[in-house]
Amino acid sequence: MIIDLHKFISEERESWERLEAILDELEKNPARRLVMQEIKEFHYLYERVSADLVKLTSTVAERDLRAYLESLVARAYGEIHETREQAHRLRPLEWFLVVFPNTFRKYVRYFYLSLAVTIAGCVFGGGAIALDPQSKQVLMPFEHLLGSPKERVDKEETVGFDHLRGQKVQGAAWYMTHNTKVSILTMAMGVTWGIGTIILLLTNGIMLGAVCADYILSGQSVFLLGWLLPHGSVEIPAILLAGQAGLIIAGAVIGWGNRVSLKLRLRAVTVDLVTLITGVALMLIWAGIIEAFLSQYHKPVFPYELKIAFGCIQLIVLTVYLSRSGRSQSKHDAGDAGPAKADEDGAEI
Amino acid sequence: MKNARKILTIRTPEGIVFPMTIAGPIARFVALVIDQVVIGLLSMFVNAVVKTLSSISFDLAMAGYTITAFLMSLGYPIVFEWYWRGQTVGKKVMHLQVIDEQGLRLRFSQVVIRNLLRLVDMLPALYLLGGAACFASAHGQRLGDLAANTIVVYHPSLSEPDLDQVMSGKYNSFRDQSYLAARLRQRSLPTEADIALRAIMRRDQMDDVSRLVLFEHIRKHFERLAEFPVEITEGISDEQYVRNVVDILFR
Repeated sequence: MIIDLHKFISEERESWERLEAILDELEKNPARRLVMQEIKEFHYLYERVSADLVKLTSTVAERDLRAYLESLVARAYGEIHETREQAHRLRPLEWFLVVFPNTFRKYVRYFYLSLAVTIAGCVFGGGAIALDPQSKQVLMPFEHLLGSPKERVDKEETVGFDHLRGQKVQGAAWYMTHNTKVSILTMAMGVTWGIGTIILLLTNGIMLGAVCADYILSGQSVFLLGWLLPHGSVEIPAILLAGQAGLIIAGAVIGWGNRVSLKLRLRAVTVDLVTLITGVALMLIWAGIIEAFLSQYHKPVFPYELKIAFGCIQLIVLTVYLSRSGRSQSKHDAGDAGPAKADEDGAEI
Repeated sequence: MKNARKILTIRTPEGIVFPMTIAGPIARFVALVIDQVVIGLLSMFVNAVVKTLSSISFDLAMAGYTITAFLMSLGYPIVFEWYWRGQTVGKKVMHLQVIDEQGLRLRFSQVVIRNLLRLVDMLPALYLLGGAACFASAHGQRLGDLAANTIVVYHPSLSEPDLDQVMSGKYNSFRDQSYLAARLRQRSLPTEADIALRAIMRRDQMDDVSRLVLFEHIRKHFERLAEFPVEITEGISDEQYVRNVVDILFR
């Protein structure tokens, strides 16, 4: 095709600039919704610019112009052919009360698997300590746990009123960031077909089981509960949820019984993974505060009964929240339940 | 020479095709190093603030530093890639951009997942796992990219060629033949036009014999595409012929 470039540019420039203006506006404000008239105009401009690009493709001249039109069409293509649900404006309360617990329940079988792996680790760790107390050196990598539980309890119960004064806030910050990193790694390891996630959950379980067995066998069960329950009742479920997220990735990577492609399987779970890991991070922020400000203080500063009761109540509230919250909304949106399946064009069906 | 770059071709239902050049692991690594330098500089700034605040409360200042350092290392790529549409400082410098694998709009969840999975890509050290995945993947994707369905593409800077040196204000007799000039534009492939342009741009780097041979070959090629009248081509050198052709094709 032979085209008069100067005439072509002067005639078409208005359409290009109008399309660019609409795209700029949409990109600046993702929540903006076009009305029907605007949609018609947008679609018309997209097709017109696409046609201009085809005309230019047949000539070698104006490489920069072609690159400009290509970028316009590429941007418009992304807007027009995007079939996934638009990101909603952030509604924290709705997210907390409905979206997060519903997402947890949607993939609850992965949570049970995560729990089962951790329990298996606990049984192994506890059994190892019961059968061979010397294995403590190997199973517990933390120096402060290697001594005798009785001696530790005696020491903790005789320290002053506020022995962590001036260290609590940084302690809380360390717990939050360290545990969040571990949780993200637990989730991310799902990409190794879940092997990495399972290893991390198992390791956590082994350490937890070993510590518990060590304290129970030394007759320090009450101290153990008072020490672990206040923060552990949130921290351990958070790690289990991170494991759940990791196993969701593993499920998408492996794709048993799912005939859609790997890309679409992964695409279908991406938003849910972000929801779960955000929830995990929030849980760990809370657990970090409790661990620094409550868990590390023992009798006589805080009676064990009070700490145990606090931990139990927290665990009950968390269980009720994750199992019940947003259920009515979930029934209302019954069509969304279950892992999304996607057709080859990326549209959720 | 074989082009080692990986290309992703996106074809729209309207029949438009976009060739996207996949970024290589080396360019991505350099971008990463630049980003680490930026994070390091930000950390130095935070450290200075913490030192000032520690006179008020050491505990609070240290907590602030721990949390800020954590958020910077994790949040820096997420925030920049989201607000800069797939680019961080390092990626901007290296002309790289993260895009959706299907050319669709990059979503926040994709940005988050690809960056959280960095923790696996970094294993066992120096992004060895991610680098290996990059080499093995058809689209140069690390594990985070695979999980988030994203790719990193390279946008070469399209600088306007200095066409003034092609003609240096000289009169181009080929322009009078508007029909033949249009035919030349129509029949020339972009790669052929590029070869002619580059030959002129690099003429001073060639020795005399190579230059003469090269321009002779290029002239013969373009003569087959559009045959200009003998009266205007007779007496002009091969190099001048190619200059006239480039002037027609690029102006």
